[in-house]
Amino acid sequence: MSTIISFTILGLFTGAAYAIAASGLVLTYTTTRVFNIAHGAFGMVMAFTFWDFSQRQGMPTWLALVLVLGVVAPGTGWLVQRFITRGLGEGPVSVSLVVTVGLFVGLIGLAQYIWPPEPRTVPPFLPDKGVQIGDTYVTAHQIITIALSAVVAGLLYLLLNRTRIGTAMRASVDNPVLLRLFGGNPDRVASLSWAIGISLAALAGILLTPVIGLSYFDLTLLVINAYAAAMLGRLSSLPLTFVGAMGLGILQSFAVAYLPTEGFLSGLRAVVPALFLFVVIILMPQAQLRIGQVKGIVSAPLPSMTRSAVCGAALLGVVAVLATAMSDANLLLVGTAATYAMVMLSLVLLTGYGGHVSLAQFTFAGVGALAYAKLDEPNLYGLVMSALIAAAVGALVALPVLRLTGLYLALSTLAFGVLMDKLVFQADFAFGFNGTLHAERLSLLGTSISSISGYVIVMATFFVLMALGLLVLRRGVLGRLLIAMRDSPAACGTLGLDLRWFRVGLFGVSAGMAGLAGALFAGLRGTIGAADFQLFNSLPLLLLAVVFGVTSVSGAALGGIGLMLLPVLQSSRPELAGLVFAVLGFGAVALGRDPNGLANLLFGLGRRLDRRFGDVVRRAVPLLPLPADRADTSTHGEVPLMEDLQQPLKEVGVHAAARG
Amino acid sequence: MPLLEVDDVVVQFGGVTAVDHASFVAEAGRVTGLIGPNGAGKTTCFNVITGLQKPNRGRVRFDRRDITRLSVPRRSRRGMARTFQRLEAFGSLSVRENVRVARDIHRGIAGLVRPASADVDGLLERVGIAAYAGERADSIPTGTARLLELARCLACDPQLLLLDEPSSGLDEQETDAFGLLLAELAAEGRAIVMVEHDMDLVMSVCDEIHVLDFGRVIASDAPGAIRANPDVQRAYLGYSDVDEELAEQTREILL
Repeated sequence: MSTIISFTILGLFTGAAYAIAASGLVLTYTTTRVFNIAHGAFGMVMAFTFWDFSQRQGMPTWLALVLVLGVVAPGTGWLVQRFITRGLGEGPVSVSLVVTVGLFVGLIGLAQYIWPPEPRTVPPFLPDKGVQIGDTYVTAHQIITIALSAVVAGLLYLLLNRTRIGTAMRASVDNPVLLRLFGGNPDRVASLSWAIGISLAALAGILLTPVIGLSYFDLTLLVINAYAAAMLGRLSSLPLTFVGAMGLGILQSFAVAYLPTEGFLSGLRAVVPALFLFVVIILMPQAQLRIGQVKGIVSAPLPSMTRSAVCGAALLGVVAVLATAMSDANLLLVGTAATYAMVMLSLVLLTGYGGHVSLAQFTFAGVGALAYAKLDEPNLYGLVMSALIAAAVGALVALPVLRLTGLYLALSTLAFGVLMDKLVFQADFAFGFNGTLHAERLSLLGTSISSISGYVIVMATFFVLMALGLLVLRRGVLGRLLIAMRDSPAACGTLGLDLRWFRVGLFGVSAGMAGLAGALFAGLRGTIGAADFQLFNSLPLLLLAVVFGVTSVSGAALGGIGLMLLPVLQSSRPELAGLVFAVLGFGAVALGRDPNGLANLLFGLGRRLDRRFGDVVRRAVPLLPLPADRADTSTHGEVPLMEDLQQPLKEVGVHAAARG
Repeated sequence: MPLLEVDDVVVQFGGVTAVDHASFVAEAGRVTGLIGPNGAGKTTCFNVITGLQKPNRGRVRFDRRDITRLSVPRRSRRGMARTFQRLEAFGSLSVRENVRVARDIHRGIAGLVRPASADVDGLLERVGIAAYAGERADSIPTGTARLLELARCLACDPQLLLLDEPSSGLDEQETDAFGLLLAELAAEGRAIVMVEHDMDLVMSVCDEIHVLDFGRVIASDAPGAIRANPDVQRAYLGYSDVDEELAEQTREILL
């Protein structure tokens, strides 16, 4: 009996902390339509700040608390809204996801840089106080947390329902432009809700730190629990969010208490929130197609097929030369870069062309690698089967969220990543707990490619083939359909396209590409384990893909090299390890609005130079041809000015449209 | 038997009733006008017909079948297509590609195997935007984009064409040409339903007009009778504070 009570209280305590975090998430999402993936990361940084104030600088606890919750956190929230997330809510979901993932990674990097890894502890509030209830001892910290969640709920209720700015906040949920017309200030509303949101994240982080420790990752990933709770309230209802948080807290606590500590089921304890999130997302009602949302994106120009083929051949040539000249260790890095580049190609298809975001692309690569190692057929058959298995898994992940769109699809990939990380990859039938599997190198048409130099050339060939295949697809009917679907799902639907199955297919193909890369990677490395495909690696992957350009094949190639260099850079300069992530994260924040990335800027430089000096040079050397993008009449690179000018008018129009 | 029957449809957004027991029909070979002040529920009716909005009650019948429960794409494949008040052109594709996509979708698997190209230019010619064929759809003027959406619909060869404010953004000459095109499309046997604020156009091309006000159908009649209907005049004139210009224009035409 006493176990039930003590675990219920433990569950209520964690539930209360989740509720505080989740209500902040709901507040920022409903008022600004930006789903803050980095919500937990903000809580983590604020918890570290609290430690810094109270422990390192020795301030009294109350002062540190007031400073963090009243000054640092709201100030950060205000700044972030003002300079980073402002206006993102009106754009495509993929952009706001990428930007907040950028914040997520950047904040972890920043925390590691400012507070290098060392053991730190934060004592609970009123450490020696507590109440004895029967056999159960309830600490003052637990009581304070539960009480605070009630206070937060009450204050939020009063704010939203009893104050002028609260009414404005609820109004801006429906239509910020209309709010402005009626004399409200949506920017002020947005800043305020971000200030409050980050403060709530900070409070949750500080309350949880004494229990789960001051860790960069644990606190950050707690956000998944907050998502799960917020999803129960469909990201809009605060009361349901509180119910969800408390329910999840208790569920998790009971899982710890009553699930077996050994065997496959033991892994379930760690994934209760992810499972909860999955179930809630699956139970969500059908999403309706939204009208009047996204407009055309200025894509990176598509190279001609000849040019692509020449570039591909040149790339292969370079790799072949490197393969003869480089040491095995360096060739391993080249092969790794090729793997990453192939996984990024799968993102070019999914995100760049299709407009969907996957937060767990490495997990699909892991599925491919696992299948390859388990099949033990080191030939083309095994490779193709591995890719197909990964594709099937990808389609399975998209299937339950068939009825939903953008954000929920991305979040379910996140939940999927956690499930695979903690439950499947670690299981005995997979890699095993901290275990590894052996994988043979591929043999092609009976010839075994055992030398690393040969294998790296094969990998580069696969990359080039995949890239060319992608470009052919983009030029064809399917490519046009993908772009059309990204630009206007509603129009595609009313023209008779069943988007749902198309989306499942897209997810499947993309996962298959990642799986193929994973299988090749398994052969390259020889031994692979769960650690090679951790969920957290998928986030820098997504960011680098965007930084280098997720709409182009060349962006994927550059991004692959970049991602390979990250750990190399970190191990050579360990003191900069955090900073690298910070630069990457905030770089993605800066570039997130332009999905064409650095690759396009780089190649755009050539075009710009050409525009400037090209005619002069051509007059001197008459043999030089005109560049492809100047030969046709399309207006690449021009900002659609008309759209911008009409935007406010249309916003009003859509409200009228909703009514009439 | 009318091609399209909207029967006692109710749509509520929270506490607001956007469509209030609305019933109307549209017949093949005729142009049907759907008019009413801003916020009267016209676009919501279109959303209900095409399946983008689930009605709280009521039925939609198309070609003698109840389609109330069908999904958006399945309704489309039964033979209806629509344009949008707020443009939904595929902005990153060229005008020609926009129509091609529609054609490919319409032809299904066959479209994947053997993409259409020749008749696409014919469609652009027909709606009068062939000159823009190579331009990106997000860089063309609003009126042209509306015609593009019409061309995209025609690529699916629909029996029922739903046009949401198709003439806004067109100049006088273009509007006249557009009126002729509508008559031609109706003469081919299509049913055309048009939400429109340009009363000259509505009165000249429509065979029948339904007037919506606060979500209710307050009148269904031929243009001449609508012009004389006192309820219609009141509905429009009572809104002078909402849309001064529109009311002014309506006053001129109606009175």
